[in-house]
Amino acid sequence: MLQQIIDRRLAGKNKSIGNRERFLRRYQGQVREAVRRAIDKRGIREIEQGEDIHLPKRDINEPSFGHGSGGAREIVHPGNKEYVRGDHIERPQGGSGRGSGSGKAGDSGEGEDDFVFHLTKEEFMQIFFDDLALPRLVRSQLVEMPEMKSQRAGYSNSGTPSNLSVIRSMRGAIGRRVAIGAGSRAELTALLAKLAELPEGSVDPAVVLARETLEAQIATLRNRLERIPYLDPIDLRFRNRVRLPIPTAKAVMFCLMDVSGSMDEARKDLSKRFFILLYLFLTRHYEKIDLVFIRHHTQAQEVDEENFFRARETGGTVVSSALVLMDEIITERYSQGDWNIYGAQASDGDNWHHDSGRCRELLTESLLPKCRYFAYVQVAEEEQNLWEEYARLQETERGFAMRKVTDPSQIYPVFRDLFKREEAAA
Amino acid sequence: MKHHSPPSALDARVLPGARRLRPERKIPLAPLSPGPRPEKPLPDPSDWTFELVEQYHEKIRATAQRFALDTYPNQLEVITAEQMMDAYASVGMPVNYRHWSYGKEFIANERSYRRGQMGLAYEIVINSDPCISYLMEENTTAMQALVIAHAAYGHNSFFKGNYLFRLWTDASSIIDYLVYARNYIAECEEKYGMQQVEDTLDSCHALQNYGVDRYHRPSKLSLAEELARRNDRLAYAQTQVNDIWRTLPRRPDRVEDSAEVKRFPPEPQENILYFIEKNAPLLEPWQREVVRIVRKIAQYFYPQRQTQVMNEGWATFWHHALLNALYDEGHLTDGVMIEWLKSHTNVIFQPPVGHPAYGGINPYALGFAMYTDLRRICEHPTDEDREWFPQIAGTPWLPALHHAMRNFKDESFIGQYLSPKVIRDLRLFAILDDEHDEHLRVSAIHDTAGYRHVREALSRQYDLGSREPDIQVLSVDLRGDRALTLRHTRHNNRPLHESAQEVLKHVARLWGFGVNLESVDSYGDVTTHWSVTSSEIERM
Repeated sequence: MLQQIIDRRLAGKNKSIGNRERFLRRYQGQVREAVRRAIDKRGIREIEQGEDIHLPKRDINEPSFGHGSGGAREIVHPGNKEYVRGDHIERPQGGSGRGSGSGKAGDSGEGEDDFVFHLTKEEFMQIFFDDLALPRLVRSQLVEMPEMKSQRAGYSNSGTPSNLSVIRSMRGAIGRRVAIGAGSRAELTALLAKLAELPEGSVDPAVVLARETLEAQIATLRNRLERIPYLDPIDLRFRNRVRLPIPTAKAVMFCLMDVSGSMDEARKDLSKRFFILLYLFLTRHYEKIDLVFIRHHTQAQEVDEENFFRARETGGTVVSSALVLMDEIITERYSQGDWNIYGAQASDGDNWHHDSGRCRELLTESLLPKCRYFAYVQVAEEEQNLWEEYARLQETERGFAMRKVTDPSQIYPVFRDLFKREEAAA
Repeated sequence: MKHHSPPSALDARVLPGARRLRPERKIPLAPLSPGPRPEKPLPDPSDWTFELVEQYHEKIRATAQRFALDTYPNQLEVITAEQMMDAYASVGMPVNYRHWSYGKEFIANERSYRRGQMGLAYEIVINSDPCISYLMEENTTAMQALVIAHAAYGHNSFFKGNYLFRLWTDASSIIDYLVYARNYIAECEEKYGMQQVEDTLDSCHALQNYGVDRYHRPSKLSLAEELARRNDRLAYAQTQVNDIWRTLPRRPDRVEDSAEVKRFPPEPQENILYFIEKNAPLLEPWQREVVRIVRKIAQYFYPQRQTQVMNEGWATFWHHALLNALYDEGHLTDGVMIEWLKSHTNVIFQPPVGHPAYGGINPYALGFAMYTDLRRICEHPTDEDREWFPQIAGTPWLPALHHAMRNFKDESFIGQYLSPKVIRDLRLFAILDDEHDEHLRVSAIHDTAGYRHVREALSRQYDLGSREPDIQVLSVDLRGDRALTLRHTRHNNRPLHESAQEVLKHVARLWGFGVNLESVDSYGDVTTHWSVTSSEIERM
């Protein structure tokens, strides 16, 4: 009757993936919101992780007709210890008797717990990218592993014919022939020596018989030696290649942000996403990335990430102070030769008006020549003198990009040139 | 996979309306005698191999045959824990259409499994022909033997023998139908958009318990016919719908006639989804087909919802009986016995009320206790048994058990066979919760005065009719605003849960016009009223 036992272990796991996608799609509003909060909480370096998402249970409830509390009902329970007929029992709080009467009593005690599930790293990044309106090609660049390079790595005994190493194979063949034939050859030499000792052309029957025996043995040995193959499949050696990630250089990323009173939380959040995107881009191309955080109001200061995004100062704004500090740090720690320098500046465009011209000069003269790329975002609409001065730069300088951003989806175009070069190179 | 339909499917087609079931097999009065005693028991390494599973299966099969267990052919499938969770998520079926709620189910299971809060079931068995049982890779040899005895012979013979399954489900075509359903829903998603399909499915799911025919048998169709008839049906259904909703002015002399037939439907309809599929004015043809798919699948599960205790009890009784028989005949080692007995003990554990793990009556425990006691009543009846079960006390136990398995559902099985001894052993007692009383009252316990009362109360507890609110389609306002009216008839004056309003929105989405729901008490007075107006539908 048993047809057979079928081994399904290798066939399709993740059958539920389509259902999971539909689930995420249904709750994309809440999921997005949770991702937004997570980005706010995380450090720039920790962005690529999954996240636990909490949904209120009532939100994911599927309604169906059922009985409410009230009316009369009789429920049978097991394990009676003390009761006899007619006993009265205090009604449990909530008035709805014990459980729901259909064996689901266990559920009612849990209350309004959240439904929790884990968003994988990939799903998390997808949503992050969705917000940023990243084009597909760029997404795949950011999500995929860095480019690989094929490199020689010795020899292996399997491979394609085109990778056959003739010299190695022949060397192996000689060795094998020597090794396999060694015993027979030694024996042959010994026999030949014995044969030489026996007088040739003797008529002594004993000698003739001995010679014949020896000659027969020698013929067998010669035959055996001849049968050792010249080239055997086990001799073949192939050039082996392994794929290694392209060796990458070091990069340093400067995050410059205005922390004057006019930068509110929403603007900081935008700035943070801007920094994260550049950071992600850099992580794909450089093995080691240093992050330098410089915040400024009228004075600039190098701080750690926590203070960078959290602290808030009051007072005026002198943007050049940050650029000067960046220049100093570069000279001090990141001598141009072995570091790729990237700059990212975020501000609401507010600046002491005599300072903006100076900023432009600083950039053209000292910073831009040292930087691979410098991107500026203004997280406010109105154009002030800093914007005007920077706008003049955009026409002349190649490694400079700027953009006004009031929504995360507008951030990506700042980097468009950067990613575009990448596409061309790839 | 090939499915051959049993001859009865053909008969049903040749003679429309014929209710011919497979003739029942003759059950021998006693189990057939075992073969010769083996020299040594089956090997019992904890890691199973395919050969070993086959050897165990062969012994179990032979023993099951001695006890006259009649089954569909078995198909054992080895799967991983992850695949088991996949199967969990889609209501235990190997294929199903895609829907977010199954994703939710999967996420919840996966999470509690990873945290170690939940062990996976050892097996899933599908009521199909051939009957598919999943063996989990992680199980030991002894556990695989337990699963085979439990699922492949216990559940399988229940699926094939019980009257509800014979009457309501068609094991030979379910897998094909699910494949068809998945493809159809996927096609719809492509054509009409995910959101549209999801909305329709959500609404159907809210009503799936009200999508079953309780009293007449659905026709059996092969997949090919199902496909061929689909198009005809969609076209025809649309013309029918149009006919009901004809808006041309009627001839004046016909007014009186039409006033007489103003009631539609002429009688209340209990299958709400069927009614919607056939009569909802605004549904697209594809939506009608989606409603039909949900309805068909709900119908397939309908017998399972009514035979929990019987089905699990039967499977548990037989794994216990088969493996014990094998042990007595020298096929199993002590190690194997101890291992499966440990699982068996866990499965039939019934925590008493008040215990932290208490979650109602354990169907495995109750079912196992009842079948076991039934055998005892046949083999070693007491005076009490002779008084309570005069027809079966002292008769051969095998035919009595098979009879009990075939011809009942939980409600009637308990009503018929729950013995005073089982009531005493489980110390069952009934609590009456009446809103007019200040306190809960213990209405019966396990004593002479209480046996019948407990038995009746427990039987009612398993009656789907009283477990689910009785809601039927009452009428449609054909001339006016086309509103649909549903009526809830109160049982023991129990009101509807407040989620009714949410469900009603789903009904309204399918119906396309306003929907009313009235709750009627035992005097026939409307006590509560819910409604969704057609303007609210726009906003959904």
